[in-house]
Amino acid sequence: MSINALEIRELRKTYKGGVNALKGVSLNVKEGDFFALLGPNGAGKSTLIGIITSLVNRSSGEIKVFGDNLFSNPSAAKSHIGLVPQEINFSLFEKVMQIVVNQAGYYGIDRITATKRAEVILKELRLWDKRNETSRKLSGGMKRRLLIARALVHQPKLLILDEPTAGVDIEIRRSTWEYLKKINASGTTIILTTHYLEEAENLCRNIAIIDHGEIIENSSMKALLEKISSETIIADLEKPLKQIPYSSDYLISSIDEHSLEIKVRDSQGINDLFSWFNHHEIAVRSIRNKSNRLEELFMGMIEGKNEQ
Amino acid sequence: MSNSNFNKSATALLTIVRKEVVRFFRIWPQTILPSAITMSLYYVIFGNLIGNRIGRMGDVPYIQYIAPGLVMMAVITNSYSNVVASFFSSKFQRYIDELIISPTPNYIILLGYISGGIARGCTVGFIVVIISIFFTSFKIDSIAITVSVVFLSSLLFSLAGLINGIFARKFDDVSIIPTFVLTPLTYLGGVFYSIALLPPFWEKISQANPIFYMINAFRHGMIGKSDVEIAPAFIIIIVITTVLFISALALLNKGIGVKQ
Repeated sequence: MSINALEIRELRKTYKGGVNALKGVSLNVKEGDFFALLGPNGAGKSTLIGIITSLVNRSSGEIKVFGDNLFSNPSAAKSHIGLVPQEINFSLFEKVMQIVVNQAGYYGIDRITATKRAEVILKELRLWDKRNETSRKLSGGMKRRLLIARALVHQPKLLILDEPTAGVDIEIRRSTWEYLKKINASGTTIILTTHYLEEAENLCRNIAIIDHGEIIENSSMKALLEKISSETIIADLEKPLKQIPYSSDYLISSIDEHSLEIKVRDSQGINDLFSWFNHHEIAVRSIRNKSNRLEELFMGMIEGKNEQ
Repeated sequence: MSNSNFNKSATALLTIVRKEVVRFFRIWPQTILPSAITMSLYYVIFGNLIGNRIGRMGDVPYIQYIAPGLVMMAVITNSYSNVVASFFSSKFQRYIDELIISPTPNYIILLGYISGGIARGCTVGFIVVIISIFFTSFKIDSIAITVSVVFLSSLLFSLAGLINGIFARKFDDVSIIPTFVLTPLTYLGGVFYSIALLPPFWEKISQANPIFYMINAFRHGMIGKSDVEIAPAFIIIIVITTVLFISALALLNKGIGVKQ
């Protein structure tokens, strides 16, 4: 029987200044899931992750990690969790190998085992050549990978990633995605917060959206995306278009004279759109989806909540 | 505690201690060398140049009288500085989070940091003892008293350094206590003189200074006599150490200074 990797019940946090960061959050994350936790800045994501990882004190509520209560049995619950934080937070004067091996030591893993594990992880994350460098000499992308290596050395069952690809180039982002998919496939439950909604859409199976300290959506990614009733398509044109022909079926706007943005409802077929292009003798070189669908939905939800 | 949990805690403790010891040896020009140079100068200036004119303090040569005080001064300042600097750095760069998110119990974190402080205090104290051999004959009257006073004083000031580190919010907060409290109390604690030389009022005031008991208990261990009775001195040191230990652990348990 599958158990919950994470169970949160009525979690509340009020900071000293009186700010209600969490207003009774309840959430379940299933074992083996790849779970997205999204929300705008100041929504309560960092507070929620902070409490799960013991970096922030709760005001009230309960958390269980693989059935172990975080507050009554912290040692057991904490041993399941690995955290990749948003900010670089290792000692800048320690060597890469020391950082990873020491982290294993804090989880009670002996030095010989820790060194072997560190070698495997550092090789996988392409940091082995840098193992004897002090961490301050690493590039930004390498520092991000070191955060992942450090979080994985004790082989956590639940890996929490807080903006893991913030500020890294596309190549590193893509390779990080592949690595996370591999870890998840091997059985590690992953919770991901990110501002790159494309990242959440590509990686995660389930999603929760938090805003103003409350969960406003919690469902599967598929179910959420099915709520979208239209898609926006970008068409790149062979020749410049001086004036957009009128259409009663599509909402069309010009990005520049070589590309159009067209809103297509779910009920409309893509063949009909091509018929419309042919009818108006518009030669199309290529078409693509505009950004990602989750972003549109996310913005709609947040804006809708704020208007209430 | 089960065997497994005990082993895990022992591994975590060993990891913190190793990290702390590696840290202060890595930056030895900042952590070990200054005390060695300063204490050598004290021996040259106060011990030899001025000390020869002073003659004897009680019935021992002046340089032999100040040697225990100089060793204790090095132990106290280094134990304190090591923990306050290391703990504050871990807060400042946020790598204290590595420990907080881990299953390492708070008492292990506490023991790890103060062990680092004791290691540095005793290392520097030992170096000062070696230096003093070049300037004076170094005899130990009671090895048990000498070693236990060094250990307890180092423990006490490591705990005090940790509490300072917990409350410190900026680098200034790390240096305020050593500069304005620790150094004056050490100088006034009888490193260079016997409080019997003071007027009665100032003699009484000096007895309220806890460092006075440590320096004199250590002096008692080395030369067999000092301004204090050894038993009350031990009681005072142990009581203060216990209070600081309980306070430091309570602060860590509440997450003061490290959790939001």
